[in-house]
Amino acid sequence: MSTMALSQFSIPFLMGNSLNAWSDALAGFYLFGLPLGLVILAAIPLVFIALYSLTYGVYGERKISAFMQDRLGPMEVGKWGILQTIADILKLLQKEDIVPASADKFLFVVGPGILFVGSFLAFAVLPFSSAFIGANLNVGLFFAIGIVAIEVVGILAAGWGSNNKWSLYGAVRSVAQIVSYEIPAAIALLCGAMMAGTLDMQKITMLQSGAYGFAHFFLFQSPIAWLPFLIYFIASLAEVNRAPFDIPEAESELVAGYFTEYTGMKFAVIFLAEYGSMFMVSAIISIVFLGGWNSPLPNLGGFALNDWTNGPVWGAFWIITKGFFFIFVQMWLRWTLPRLRVDQLMYLCWKVLTPFAFISFVLTAIWEVYRP
Amino acid sequence: MSNTTYTVIFYLFAAITVCSAAFVVFTRNVIYSAFSLLFTFFGAAALYVFLSADFIAVTQVVVYVGGILVLLLFGVMFTNSIMQTGQKSEVLHIIPGTLLLIAMIGAMLYTIYTTHTWMPSETMLQGSIVERIGFETMSRYVLPFEMVSILLLAALIGAAFLARFDKPGK
Repeated sequence: MSTMALSQFSIPFLMGNSLNAWSDALAGFYLFGLPLGLVILAAIPLVFIALYSLTYGVYGERKISAFMQDRLGPMEVGKWGILQTIADILKLLQKEDIVPASADKFLFVVGPGILFVGSFLAFAVLPFSSAFIGANLNVGLFFAIGIVAIEVVGILAAGWGSNNKWSLYGAVRSVAQIVSYEIPAAIALLCGAMMAGTLDMQKITMLQSGAYGFAHFFLFQSPIAWLPFLIYFIASLAEVNRAPFDIPEAESELVAGYFTEYTGMKFAVIFLAEYGSMFMVSAIISIVFLGGWNSPLPNLGGFALNDWTNGPVWGAFWIITKGFFFIFVQMWLRWTLPRLRVDQLMYLCWKVLTPFAFISFVLTAIWEVYRP
Repeated sequence: MSNTTYTVIFYLFAAITVCSAAFVVFTRNVIYSAFSLLFTFFGAAALYVFLSADFIAVTQVVVYVGGILVLLLFGVMFTNSIMQTGQKSEVLHIIPGTLLLIAMIGAMLYTIYTTHTWMPSETMLQGSIVERIGFETMSRYVLPFEMVSILLLAALIGAAFLARFDKPGK
């Protein structure tokens, strides 16, 4: 059976199948006394973000938005416009790197960097497979929620450093939105952490594995789990500034928000950060509520679908698929819903999502204590 | 990781913390000093990790970077005369200030050099630190915990009251 052989597919890596085997092996890899493995370990998510932004992020979003609006999208460069992104990259690389004369040079340059680091840091605690995680912290989930704060500082640096009214408005809106929506998002994730009883990302994922596939996922393990799931999904849209919460870059009011003044590679870095955060929140929601790298297929009698489709390589496939699915939903919503006003945005956060997050928190606690 | 790697990374973070803290104090531009605080807080969080207090490290990032620093930046950015670096306080006590500085540094150095042995904890940490923190907060330290909650709640209500929009009809 080729499918069965695939579940033991890590033989070419010669690193075994046990938990964190690949990342542990990489962390112990030294070249000339230098911890080269650690650098490679950190570079893997970086390469992943770049590759996925190029293919699915930019090209996929343009195609998906085009199909939703009954257009064709990019069609000229290559077959079905497949090479369009590469042409765009070449264009971006050749663009003049303009720094406005009245901008604060230092903050203007450093802003996109801080922004990208903020979105990239959370990838350290995302388990990409049962055998691969950047840093297996016992406070992984807390780290992933908290590290977004650095992104906020980057946005402020970019917006203020541009010395432009629109940029500053965009930055202030964005920060107000991220800081507010952190609260329902954190409480909703806390419901998942409560069901798991740990903040360790690998342990949260392992608690959701079992022979019945998707039935073991936290989303289906409790009668109220759909509420924090929904709250986190809505709040995560606001945290990554995606529609219908894209008021920080509202192009009809603010030109482009906090990155109005950016050109060339700095603009590309800001977009890379946005796509990085999109995958980050999608991966977090899949890990906490939808089983992370676990296969959703159940064992059906003789067809042990779950056993065949589990393993380190399959794990990477499943978590990336789940992440891409949520990114697809994010794109879908972007081209379906109109943008909210600022006051509606704050109303939704403080008067709808936060109370419901508290309700789901209490209900989950009651369910966990008095579970039949 | 080998010992050298640890040492190199430790000194890297220590240097980041100290240099950025010095920059916060010595720069004349308020906005730069606010942004420099980011690196100070982050370096301090990294030093907590070296003390294997990762929960405190993440809390440091959440509270100081996510809360206090953002608030500070908001406050600083909406100040009008932000770029005027010539601002000086009218009152300037150089001699008492220097004396206080020397006394403080002297006291701290004295404590460091006279404390020969750091006191290690009697019980070793076992298992997940997060669980221990949770148990301790909810059992032995439940009264301080609740008091802090009430204080924060009072502060929240006060802030909401102050910022309330008064309807003209009333």
